[in-house]
Amino acid sequence: MKKLLTGNEAIARGAWEAGVVVCTAYPGTPSTEITENAAKYDEMYAEWSPNEKVALEVGLGASIAGGRALVSMKHVGVNVAADPLFTLSYTGVNGGLVLVSADDPGMHSSQNEQDNRHFGRAAKIPVLEPADSQEAKDFTKLAFDISEMFDTPVMLRTTTRVAHSQSLVELADREEKETKEYQKNPFKYVMIPANARHRHVVVEDRLIKLKDYAESTDLNRVEWNDTKMGVITSGVTYQYVKEALPEVSILKLGMTFPLPRKMIIDFADKVDQLYIVEELEPFIEEYVTSWGLDVHGKDTFPLIGELLPETIASKMVQTFGDCSPCETTEPNQLQYEVPPRPPVLCPGCPHRGLFYVLNKLKVTVAGDIGCYTLGCLAPLKAIDTTICMGASIGTAIGMEKAKGKDFARNLVAVIGDSTFIHSGITALVDVVYNKATTTTIILDNRITAMTGHQHNPTTGFTVKGEPTKEIDLILLAKAVGVERVQVVDPFELDELEKIVREELAAEEPSVIITQRNCALIDKSRNSPYSVSAAACTGCLRCLKLGCPCIAKEGKKVRINLAQCVGCGLCATVCPSEAIRKEGGAND
Amino acid sequence: MTDITNILIVGVGGQGTILASRVLAGAVQMTGQDVKVSEIHGMAQRGGSVVTQVRYGKEVASPIIPEGEADIILAFEKLEALRWLPYLKKDGSILINDQRIDPMPVVVGTAQYPSDVLDIIKKERKEVFIINGLGKAVEAGNGKAVNVVLLGLLARYLKIDKQTWLDVIRETVPSKLLEVNLKAFEAGWNSFDR
Repeated sequence: MKKLLTGNEAIARGAWEAGVVVCTAYPGTPSTEITENAAKYDEMYAEWSPNEKVALEVGLGASIAGGRALVSMKHVGVNVAADPLFTLSYTGVNGGLVLVSADDPGMHSSQNEQDNRHFGRAAKIPVLEPADSQEAKDFTKLAFDISEMFDTPVMLRTTTRVAHSQSLVELADREEKETKEYQKNPFKYVMIPANARHRHVVVEDRLIKLKDYAESTDLNRVEWNDTKMGVITSGVTYQYVKEALPEVSILKLGMTFPLPRKMIIDFADKVDQLYIVEELEPFIEEYVTSWGLDVHGKDTFPLIGELLPETIASKMVQTFGDCSPCETTEPNQLQYEVPPRPPVLCPGCPHRGLFYVLNKLKVTVAGDIGCYTLGCLAPLKAIDTTICMGASIGTAIGMEKAKGKDFARNLVAVIGDSTFIHSGITALVDVVYNKATTTTIILDNRITAMTGHQHNPTTGFTVKGEPTKEIDLILLAKAVGVERVQVVDPFELDELEKIVREELAAEEPSVIITQRNCALIDKSRNSPYSVSAAACTGCLRCLKLGCPCIAKEGKKVRINLAQCVGCGLCATVCPSEAIRKEGGAND
Repeated sequence: MTDITNILIVGVGGQGTILASRVLAGAVQMTGQDVKVSEIHGMAQRGGSVVTQVRYGKEVASPIIPEGEADIILAFEKLEALRWLPYLKKDGSILINDQRIDPMPVVVGTAQYPSDVLDIIKKERKEVFIINGLGKAVEAGNGKAVNVVLLGLLARYLKIDKQTWLDVIRETVPSKLLEVNLKAFEAGWNSFDR
């Protein structure tokens, strides 16, 4: 029987069926569940690597040694892994290596919407794009074959709607295979210039062979229908086209780099009008235009954001009027204002205490990537910058170097435990080495929370849940050369404020570790707090915490007892002792 | 694509919409139809507006539902019901959990929670069904089982064999929470009174 799987579950299954022995990743939406699921198969080693660069390096080591390796990350993770990737393209592989890049058009949970097909082209490696979970599994397996056939890493590029959509998948058994023989081969694997010059020739030659392969592979196929209109598409967009334009002929590209030039020209010849429907960048379109073909693409469809099925149909109608094959529905706009619902820090979130204090002290905050990025939103509004994983500390150093030491007396970098391990450590080294006086606050909630609670080097457990040595953040900061290191519970607001003031004042590097478990993994549920209307003076100080459980009612406040987890932070900030644990009901 | 049933499950991150959509998809799969589900993970799950989409029929291509094409919306929260209403067909049905969760702009006073959400919805669509899911979940023994109460209501609406639902819940829910979830499902199932 077929099984309902997300794209991510299907990729993990595909890797298992393909006889993969090593799976590595750094968690990142929408890629995380690939490795979470890979870890469930006993036959495969799996790890959360400290960052994507290490993940790819472990993967390429496994590959050079002769085993098949799956390396997974979100689109911006490939930026981190780009250094090994570009040279891995030169060395090629021994055991097959597949790099999954999970892109996020629409930025459901990302800081940008870069299109990583560009990475495939730049690194000169093949790019496959599955359109549903069955293809996610099948393409993963085929990607390993292509990797070994052409001696190249292969990028499997998914998007959020493939990664996080479930569809039915036919399962198969694992092809258990011996790892390939390892032979020392410095000409292939030691990329000193003399060797790399030869390997570059091999890369270009490989690309020519891959272009031929693109013409003949089943990955690319034509679905003939009415030839008045022909659409070239790839990935989940293929599904949208099938539904929005059911009568058109489709050239579905499962491999978008390198492209099958002859096949595309042949398709263009046989249709009256040619369209390219692709999400984000005009990647296919730029090639097709460069071949002198007349095509509609980004002149019709948006380059920004997720491409939705209704957009495809309506843009066709807007642009061409008489789009007979289009299925459109009339717009259905509401006449009412609906207040937005941005995400918030959870009830009981340990980060709330810190951002409350930082907001109160009005310090400049160089921020980072994680749940705590939500500290930028009202009412906490505590974060000034968020760029990429690990950027907070470097940003704070740069601010100090540009504006002087006085500016740093009112400036902190905030970074999560996992993000600090990912790429904050090197910037902390820079603080010490280059004599900055940065105050770095590590928000240690004992887990990688934003992506759904993955272990990391500071939690003491591996991806398979096995106990392991726990990295000690205090020792680490001291080893780097930071002499002032303090640990504090972020719900002890007075103590926290005192420490932050001290460390801001200190004209030397310092690290504050705010330590408290993520509210979603903390098993100790307390009974909810409630508000005594008689005692509440309506000062609304508790609303400054940005807790989703506290709502204004008339001139006073009220706690949503169903949501409250009893963290008690609101009682700490209440000046009139109106918020109490006993009672269990607002009165 | 008239032979496809489109169901939108909307709510606030943390309310358990993903579990509900997974059970629904599992039950549909048991009937032998093609099914696709689209979920959103990550940042929105932290108390933001969340939507999962379930589509089934003979053959389903797109995993997401075009605006105006949903046959049924199952709303875990009133404001979210209103937000996603444009996705509902003119003759579609909307099942609403009568629960209000203030979004942060309302909490901090930069936006108003419309006081007449349900009235607006009733003006826009004929098939509106309102249920006190939280109350029923508390009665069943755990306020967190709202999602399964709502699933029980939806199940009755879809007229898929009851045993199928129970089987899928048994497979999906952790065993220590099974009893309360079966009760919650029953409560939702029995609240359908047309």
